[in-house]
Amino acid sequence: MSDDHHITEVAGTGVPIPGDDVDTDRILPARFMKEVTFDNMADYLFYDARRNDDGELGDHPLDRFDGANVAVANANFGCGSSREHAPQAMMRWGIDGIVGESYAEIFRDNCRSLGIPAATADHETVVALQEWIEANPDGEVEIDVAAETVTYGDTTVDVAIDDAMQEALVDGIWDTTTLMYANMSKVERTAADLPYVGSDG
Amino acid sequence: MSERTLYDKVWERHRVTELPNGQDQLFVGLHLVHEVTSPQAFAMLEERGHDVAFPDRTFATTDHIVPTEADGRERPLVDDEAETMLSALERNTAENGITFFGLDSDRQGITHVVAPELGLSRPGMTVACGDSHTATHGAFGSIGVGVGTSQIRDVLATGCIAADKQRVRRVEVEGELGAGVGAKDVVLKIIGELGVDGGVGHVYEYGGPVIEALGMEGRLAVCNMSIEGGARAGYVNPDETTYEYLRGREYAPEGEAFEERKVYWESLRSDDDAVYDDVVTVDVDGMDPLVTWGVDPGQVIEISEPVPAPDAFTDRTDREAAERAYDHMGVEPGESMLGYDVDVAFLGTCTNGRVSDFAAAARVLEGRTVADDVRALAVPGSETVRAECERRGLDETFIEAGFEWRRAGCSMCLAMNDDALEGEEVCASSSNRNFVGRQGSKDGRTVLMSPGMVAAAAVAGEVADVRKYLDDDRPAGGGVEGVAD
Repeated sequence: MSDDHHITEVAGTGVPIPGDDVDTDRILPARFMKEVTFDNMADYLFYDARRNDDGELGDHPLDRFDGANVAVANANFGCGSSREHAPQAMMRWGIDGIVGESYAEIFRDNCRSLGIPAATADHETVVALQEWIEANPDGEVEIDVAAETVTYGDTTVDVAIDDAMQEALVDGIWDTTTLMYANMSKVERTAADLPYVGSDG
Repeated sequence: MSERTLYDKVWERHRVTELPNGQDQLFVGLHLVHEVTSPQAFAMLEERGHDVAFPDRTFATTDHIVPTEADGRERPLVDDEAETMLSALERNTAENGITFFGLDSDRQGITHVVAPELGLSRPGMTVACGDSHTATHGAFGSIGVGVGTSQIRDVLATGCIAADKQRVRRVEVEGELGAGVGAKDVVLKIIGELGVDGGVGHVYEYGGPVIEALGMEGRLAVCNMSIEGGARAGYVNPDETTYEYLRGREYAPEGEAFEERKVYWESLRSDDDAVYDDVVTVDVDGMDPLVTWGVDPGQVIEISEPVPAPDAFTDRTDREAAERAYDHMGVEPGESMLGYDVDVAFLGTCTNGRVSDFAAAARVLEGRTVADDVRALAVPGSETVRAECERRGLDETFIEAGFEWRRAGCSMCLAMNDDALEGEEVCASSSNRNFVGRQGSKDGRTVLMSPGMVAAAAVAGEVADVRKYLDDDRPAGGGVEGVAD
């Protein structure tokens, strides 16, 4: 991703990923993390949940809504392991933005690092959107990051995007390495003031 | 200044500046690195031409993918993918001047076991690692946070993370623990009461008489599972238990410097009149050992209690989660978990892979044998733990009972090596996650419990009450004051 990449809106067809507490082991099973790049992660997205006992793909939403760009999840999505492999897999599969009831913190941070807006809305709003997508698989869902709204069909609803994420995406400064690297002289001063740095290792 | 928590004080000292997006740039005083989440970060660093900013504050070990069978650790590893990851870490640490405890080191082990026992984790630090169980280091009164790979790149390049300051919830644990009940039971109880997402947006400060009475290894187990309760970090204020644990450890300050540092550490404790965003009390008085019955760590009961009925949950999401759990675990509401058939017993992990954990299990196993149809693994959290257990002769107790005594690694906690459940096997596990598929089989079933309870389950071949296997009143939960650590 470029360092200067404003993300003010994402749009496309939707995919509901129903259920609370969907953990990152389910999104990306650990056995597929034995690779030194993220390149192939899309192939492993929800690997076990999507397959039957014979290893064949079934009617998991990701397979029924192939090509979707906006995932719609429920509460505490992305809990558990800190693995960035999970949102990397979603992104590489085609997901550009997520609407959910709530997220685990590390997952949300990872989305911010990757420039994936993760918007929140209440249970009723999320379920209504999931049901609409089921009924309108080809319908467009648009997340307006700046306005904090989601539009689908004739409906526009308010959503929330945390301030830091919104600011970073809209201003195109979500590459925190570049941001923080500009402050290295201050970092050196903060470190030097800590009793444990540089003394005994 | 008064009214401040340890979290406030540590945050203030490590805060570099405010970033344009409103987050704080926070200096990371200890960066722990392992093979699974770091290679992409090192690659990104190289792409941008950055050096590692603080190689002296960065330590690496290998844990997730390593074979735990003694004869499986010859290089190159049989598993090509594992070999590639290990080689990448060797190269990345060597090129960047980072200390690496590799397979040839007698300090190798799980990051969250190694850093505490070497005295690398100390009070008042900020600790980051590409692993959600970094909260473990909070046991010393430090702030440990798990980060993703892009954030690892941030820490490597700048020694910092971009972070939002969280609310602080004081978790006051009251009562007295009975025999056979310990730190693991306490943290499972906390998660059961506050929920798996109860801690989102919060840091947990664990305190009260029960926490104060725990030894360091018990506190490490409690802080370790903060993330299972949704809290990215959790900590215990440092005290004499902390200082005595640190004294003499390899990387801890020595002599006069130690005494000086102690004064500083003491000043970091939350003030008596510290202001918390929230205070909750968890009463563990007379509590029975706990086991999970479902597929998240909040689906937990005292062993004397029945699997709850759907209408026991007032919350819709809890009710739906329960329905999924009954189905996966094959349990019925109202049933007891006592007698639930067990195929595998697994001891170890960053939660319960320390000497006191193995000592607690060994007390149960002494003079007993593992049930015929149970596969039992004891996997020390580090090679240091293994050596100390062997020095005490604990390995013989495990081997005589029918356990396999392994080398250090994450092992069956997440099954990135050969240690995995097969089919619908049930595992009595001292690990931290009972998520569907976590232990390597999508149909596998995990019952989380303390090390003593794992040993009891191994002997009985089914979920059992550890207290039936204790000949005296010594605790078996691991990490309790006076026990082994």
